[in-house]
Amino acid sequence: MAGTAAAGRYVGQSVKRLEDPRLVTGHGRYVDDIALPGMLHAAFGRSDLARAAITQLDTTAAEALEGVRAVFTGADLNPHNDSLRASLYPPTSPAPPANMLADGDVRFVGDPYVMVVAESRYIAEDALDLVEAEFEPLDPVVDYETAADSEHHVHPELGGNLAHDVAVPNPTQQEAFENAAHIITETWHQHRQTNVPMETRGIVASWQPHAGVMEVWASSQSPHEMQLVGARVLGIGEHKMVVHFGDVGGGFGQKMFLGREDMAVLVAAKLLASPLKWIEDRRENLMASNHARIEQMAVSMAVDGDGCFLAADLDQLEDDGAYPLGGPATPGAMAAMLFPGPYRMGPVSWRARTVYTNTCGRGAYRGPWQMESVAREQMIDRVAREVGMDPLELRRRNVLRPGDLPYEAPTGLSFETTISPEQTLEQAAEMIGYDEFRAEQAEAREQGRYLGLGMALYIEPTSMGMGPLGTESAMLRVEVDGSVNVFMGTGSHGQSLETTMAQLVADELGVRPEDVTLHQGHGSGYGFGTGGSRSAVIAGGAARAAASGVRDKVVAIAAHLMEASADDLEVADGVISVRGTPAASMTMAQVAATAYQNSDALPAGMDAGLEHTARYKAPPSTHSNACHMCVCELDPGTGKVSLLRYVVSEDCGVLINPMVVDGQIAGGVAQGIGGVLYEHCVYDESGNPLASTFLDYLVPTAAEVPELETGHVVVPSDTPGGHKGTGEGGAIGAPPAVFNAVADALAPFGAYPNRQPLDPDTVLGLIASASD
Amino acid sequence: MADQKSLSMTVNGRTRRGRGEPRLTLADFLREQALCTGVHVGCEHGVCGSCTVLMDGEAVRSCLLFAVQADGADITTVEGLAPDPETLHPVQEAFRDCHGLQCGFCTPGFILSVAAFLEANPDPTDDEIRHGIAGNLCRCTGYQGIVAATRQAAAAMRAGE
Ligand code: FES
Ligand code: FES
Repeated sequence: MAGTAAAGRYVGQSVKRLEDPRLVTGHGRYVDDIALPGMLHAAFGRSDLARAAITQLDTTAAEALEGVRAVFTGADLNPHNDSLRASLYPPTSPAPPANMLADGDVRFVGDPYVMVVAESRYIAEDALDLVEAEFEPLDPVVDYETAADSEHHVHPELGGNLAHDVAVPNPTQQEAFENAAHIITETWHQHRQTNVPMETRGIVASWQPHAGVMEVWASSQSPHEMQLVGARVLGIGEHKMVVHFGDVGGGFGQKMFLGREDMAVLVAAKLLASPLKWIEDRRENLMASNHARIEQMAVSMAVDGDGCFLAADLDQLEDDGAYPLGGPATPGAMAAMLFPGPYRMGPVSWRARTVYTNTCGRGAYRGPWQMESVAREQMIDRVAREVGMDPLELRRRNVLRPGDLPYEAPTGLSFETTISPEQTLEQAAEMIGYDEFRAEQAEAREQGRYLGLGMALYIEPTSMGMGPLGTESAMLRVEVDGSVNVFMGTGSHGQSLETTMAQLVADELGVRPEDVTLHQGHGSGYGFGTGGSRSAVIAGGAARAAASGVRDKVVAIAAHLMEASADDLEVADGVISVRGTPAASMTMAQVAATAYQNSDALPAGMDAGLEHTARYKAPPSTHSNACHMCVCELDPGTGKVSLLRYVVSEDCGVLINPMVVDGQIAGGVAQGIGGVLYEHCVYDESGNPLASTFLDYLVPTAAEVPELETGHVVVPSDTPGGHKGTGEGGAIGAPPAVFNAVADALAPFGAYPNRQPLDPDTVLGLIASASD
Repeated sequence: MADQKSLSMTVNGRTRRGRGEPRLTLADFLREQALCTGVHVGCEHGVCGSCTVLMDGEAVRSCLLFAVQADGADITTVEGLAPDPETLHPVQEAFRDCHGLQCGFCTPGFILSVAAFLEANPDPTDDEIRHGIAGNLCRCTGYQGIVAATRQAAAAMRAGE
């Protein structure tokens, strides 16, 4: 089975999605659609101050309001949970205190300090107005660049604001710098953005007191993380934690881990022994779910006289906020290790730090360590400009070619022979018409029009085969009528797994995709869920293995019943037939009925039934790669940037469903465009978030996202089916590509941008200060 | 409890009666009392368009209207668009054909907005489509499939007339 890299009957086809008939008719089941008898509603009171002591908290009036069932403070709830730890976060690492609700002091604007439970959300919010709370403001830590040295501590328990500090110097890097023709240095800044799933977070929890069972419906990317961590929070066994998985309205990393509010709802539902629902509102989502990309990387690169990269020195700093979602992370280390990317780079020294601030916590956002591509690709364009070389030519000179593979990157990562950065670079250049564009650009400049082209080339480690992320399982059962149920630990929330997993099963087992139903959540085997571009390879590997196990049995039974040789049988679309003699056939339903209802007719010694469970363990890493190129026009009068063309050439190995792959890329690209040009979670100096509605936080619309042209290079990976992950890539390549396009358009003004967002004001400022 | 008003409106061709305080939004009435959970609430402040429904044929944001303002009105939600259980509306069909949805949360709002847009402009250019649907937000698709779906639905609806 492994290494079967060709497209199949269904794999490789743009099969229409099995999810869609219910979703286009309004029959999806999202968490807010769940209504249980006697269900209560929760609302959180949140801090308006970035850092303050709570000097008074009186909930009497709120409790007295008709329809209010309970009001909880930190003192009430926190003792019922001793850890906010997610399953990826080591139990021994220092972490913020396990406060589901702020207790004694608040640590960012949006920090929940009280929770009201009432008969309706309207009443719960009325009651919040009756909570009497007084605060004594304290000096907040807002600026992450100076946070480590601040005398004020976000979490006094930790004794400082530095969350992580990892340094890996490389002595040969210094040597390389001494002999270099050019050393170019810049600090690249990303800015605070947020995931913005169109469905906010939410949970319904229902406790059955005498049975000791917690039943949960959650908007989650990982039903097993909810099962595992939820059970730990509640002090019950996982077998008593029943997590239903319905439709989920996007996540982009935000719904991988349990938030403090999720835990508070679980605990409160148990204390009250009543079904309890919490649906986050958009204001809460924008200011208190998680933020991301608040980071900078100082890069020095040494280059020889021919433009060959010799060495690099990196210093990465990232803002963790107050309560990072999923635990204090060290994506900076990953960003540094991935920095060499698709190039021969020479020795790299790096340091990565994260700090706490009195702001919304950091969380995973599609491509959580994409700073490596942002800093590297923007740096390469800068190097090209400094040494007077074309940026495409500079990349061509340094890109990993097939002959370089397999390749050990100087930071310790190894790339297999199945990556194709050079091919995607060339395909993208061809698609966009690189040389023609440069001519057109020169002409346009003479007419006073400012066009820019940006590109970004990257390798993405998908499907990490390590620790909790390493495996997925599939339990597959052919039912008596020949239809198929498969139970998996995934959490599809837009990725179309109901369709793509059905395609894999259909080919492997020999049925039609519409004969297969994917079940996620309760009843499935442990899996980390959907995120990290991991489902195609890891979940796909499990689905294939489970289907293949059943297929072997189907063939053995059919051969026995038809008195044929198993080697002569083929299975397709639910029919088992003798190759070359299609009249000699039987159906999957006949085989299944025999397996369950007439087991005496099975071959001697064969177990009854037609089911198989398989767990797939992925190799440490499978890499996909892509090249983005885009063209923008900049209006020097208004500072407005418009994208005119956008091209992606990518290699995600064998495509399971090209329509779905293109859709994943497009969504990521739109987020990258939004990030560089429009979206910004602005804080003022006192730590007040200024973008708490969609009027201030500008998600791009159809009018801002251009038509996307995609090209596919297909080099199959060595994993079963030859797939590679693709979910995050669009959001990795787009930010540096868009940034570089704007920088290119700004070049005639002598401007050197090094930070985002590149909104009209910033662009005008860059033009003005360059001409000073 | 503030005074409750009784409410009555036609939802997807059926009379729906209910009660609510004056502050009850139309979105909440449709979701909780008319049981049309295809009405999705993505922002509650009138920007995302997820909650779009047709009120007397016009696309409106049901999070910005109070249920009392719709008393007596004729409302169509996404549940009321398909002509029968076997057939999809051309806009629904096009969203499926063109991968106009991923998570599906924005989809009911988009489908109704597109249906109303094509009613007013049956033969739009791509640019008109992009601006015509710019009042709805989708975070998953990058709008590629939605623009293509609108194009396909326009052609299908013109052909069907
Ligand atoms: S929920 Fe009504 S416009 Fe967003
Ligand atoms: S499909 Fe997910 S928001 Fe549009």
